[in-house]
Amino acid sequence: MKAAVVLIPVLPLVSFMVTLLLGKRYFGEKSHYLPVASVAVSWLLCMFLLVQVERGQTLDWNAYSWIAVGGFQVDIGFLVDELAAVMLLVVSTVGLMVHVYSIGYMHGDQGYYRFFAYLNLFMFSMFMLVLANNYLLLYVFWEAVGLCSFLLISFWFPKLSASAAGTKAFLVNRVGDFGFSLGVMLIFITFGTLSYAGVFDSETAVGGGMMTAICLLLFTGAVGKSAQFPLHVWLPDAMEGPTPVSSLIHAATMVNAGVYMVARSSPLFAESETAMLVVAITGGFTAIFAASIGLVQNDIKKVLAYSTVSQLGYMFLALGVGAWAAGMFHLVSHGFFKGLLFLCSGSVIHALSGEQDMRRMGGLKSKTKITYWTFIIGALAISGAPGFAGFFSKDSILAGVFHEGYYLLWAVGIVTAFLTAFYMFRLIFMTFHGEPRTDPEVFAHAHESPPSMTAPLIILAVPSALIGLILGLPPEDGHIDNLLHHVFAGVLPAEGGHGFGAVSALLMALSATIGLGGIFAAWQFYIKRPQLPEMVKARTGAMYYILYNKYWVDEIYAAVIVNPVKWFSGVLWRFVDDAGIDGFVNGAARFFRGVGKALRPTQSGRLQAYLFTMFIGALALLAAWVLLQTGQG
Amino acid sequence: MTPLQHYLILATVLFFIGGWGVLARRNIILIIMCIELMLNAINIALVAFSNYSPHGAGLGEVFVFFVFALAAAEVAIGLAVAIAQYRLREKLGVDELHDMRG
Repeated sequence: MKAAVVLIPVLPLVSFMVTLLLGKRYFGEKSHYLPVASVAVSWLLCMFLLVQVERGQTLDWNAYSWIAVGGFQVDIGFLVDELAAVMLLVVSTVGLMVHVYSIGYMHGDQGYYRFFAYLNLFMFSMFMLVLANNYLLLYVFWEAVGLCSFLLISFWFPKLSASAAGTKAFLVNRVGDFGFSLGVMLIFITFGTLSYAGVFDSETAVGGGMMTAICLLLFTGAVGKSAQFPLHVWLPDAMEGPTPVSSLIHAATMVNAGVYMVARSSPLFAESETAMLVVAITGGFTAIFAASIGLVQNDIKKVLAYSTVSQLGYMFLALGVGAWAAGMFHLVSHGFFKGLLFLCSGSVIHALSGEQDMRRMGGLKSKTKITYWTFIIGALAISGAPGFAGFFSKDSILAGVFHEGYYLLWAVGIVTAFLTAFYMFRLIFMTFHGEPRTDPEVFAHAHESPPSMTAPLIILAVPSALIGLILGLPPEDGHIDNLLHHVFAGVLPAEGGHGFGAVSALLMALSATIGLGGIFAAWQFYIKRPQLPEMVKARTGAMYYILYNKYWVDEIYAAVIVNPVKWFSGVLWRFVDDAGIDGFVNGAARFFRGVGKALRPTQSGRLQAYLFTMFIGALALLAAWVLLQTGQG
Repeated sequence: MTPLQHYLILATVLFFIGGWGVLARRNIILIIMCIELMLNAINIALVAFSNYSPHGAGLGEVFVFFVFALAAAEVAIGLAVAIAQYRLREKLGVDELHDMRG
């Protein structure tokens, strides 16, 4: 088991180094062999770990003492428990599929080897993030996945918008990570250790205020990484990266790191009601906020990006109300179906030679059959159609919120579920149905993607459809609840679940109806009566305008933060740097130049003038000496 | 016996004649000759001191030999420079050679 734990991250790391160093010169078009193979082996090992954990074997192993200074002791340590195993399932499966998919999607790209190298680096960092057994290691790889995200968003860096999006993602995450690092420091100050086991089993009496501070700081990091309001702005821009990256990093794995971290820290959060409430409200608000923006976006990837933000909000909502397992369940199912949806959108973009605007799509159904059907499965899953993955996970979240008594947040969740179904099927109808609005020439060339791309779609469609049935039945007492019960045992109410009663059944029926209602509404809007969207747009002009402009969050940030900082930097530049520092340095130079100029005439080059001066000087010295001698004598 | 002062007066006069020549003459050859004059003035003073000092028998003469050797070397280099300068510029006036001015 230890060997497997070490090999899982190390294989992609080795592959990363080899591919990056040798890829350009020696591998070229074959650069994907080693990365795909390494991730495939890691996937197998992850499955092995999952089986081990299913059997009740967990591991908390300090492999190597990394930093030991006085009382500060940090190990490179691995923790394999149910939570980590569930995360590994998503990370490795989607990771492997994305690797395979990229063979087709990135084919012929100049940076082919670089792309696979970065993907491998990401896999390494993500595995380490999940497997870490202390907060410092978590933090290090938290930053490492952020770096990979930056590298891959700005993968096509000659494009200005891509490099700008990468920078934006990095900077916005910095805000969250700053809070996270403060949280980690506070944990050390409070508990004197950073290992999970040490912190969670600590006997230290911690004041409520301190615990709230720690949790809120940790949550700040999660807000940044998981793109929650108000730090969600980087994720839609991150769609500038290649689509496999959007699928792997910005939908299925890295953005889940925040959820994972909060779930991991559940013993801390459970101590602070304030922090839990903040998590729940942030999650609920982000869910409906992002879903409403998603309604009117026209870029296919932007819709999915806002959808991701919204679904992550769901997860935080679940964690915040204490429905820990439901949140993790949604993380798993969302990882699969959102990864699938992004890969499908990549396939659409591929088919239409790079077109991303849904207003110039349509009628693709017959051209790209596999993509269409897998997309439908993904969309049904996210919409919560009965039987599909999202149905069970979303329902368990909503049921959890309802049973905990947060009725307002529950209503928000229900409305969001409706919006989700609506915008997903709006996307499908605009893309695949109706008359093609594409350039006829492009449409004529539209074709299904190569097998390397369609195979991952089909494979990911299976868990998107079935994982809910496997993990979520019976509702609220399914396999995943039992599995994660070990992890969350300490923070769950002692009397056990509330059981699956009539209320739960009613809630389930309601959320199913809501989901199907959203699909039906989208059908009305975009198939049955295509004039409806324009009518609604005209009727609710202001609302539409606000949504279309994404509540002007970016503009507000520009006005409140970015521009003042720029202005202040300008002041510093002109007055402090140019005038002050440069002025001093240049002034010193100018001073010596002036002195030199003044003294230059004495260096006349006339030998005899020098000699004469020397002579006078010698005489003067002699005279002075004689005078002194006589004076003393 | 001639008093020491006479030698010293002679040496001083010679020294200042040489010094005046170095400062006032324009021709490098003449300047070098004047330097020789100054050195020889010093030599006279050294030998005189040596003769009149109770402890210094022969010491001044030793110094004089050193000065000879130095003067010979100086003249050899100085004249070589002067000749090279003349070949290059066809000039020997020090007031005309001021390329090194700042």
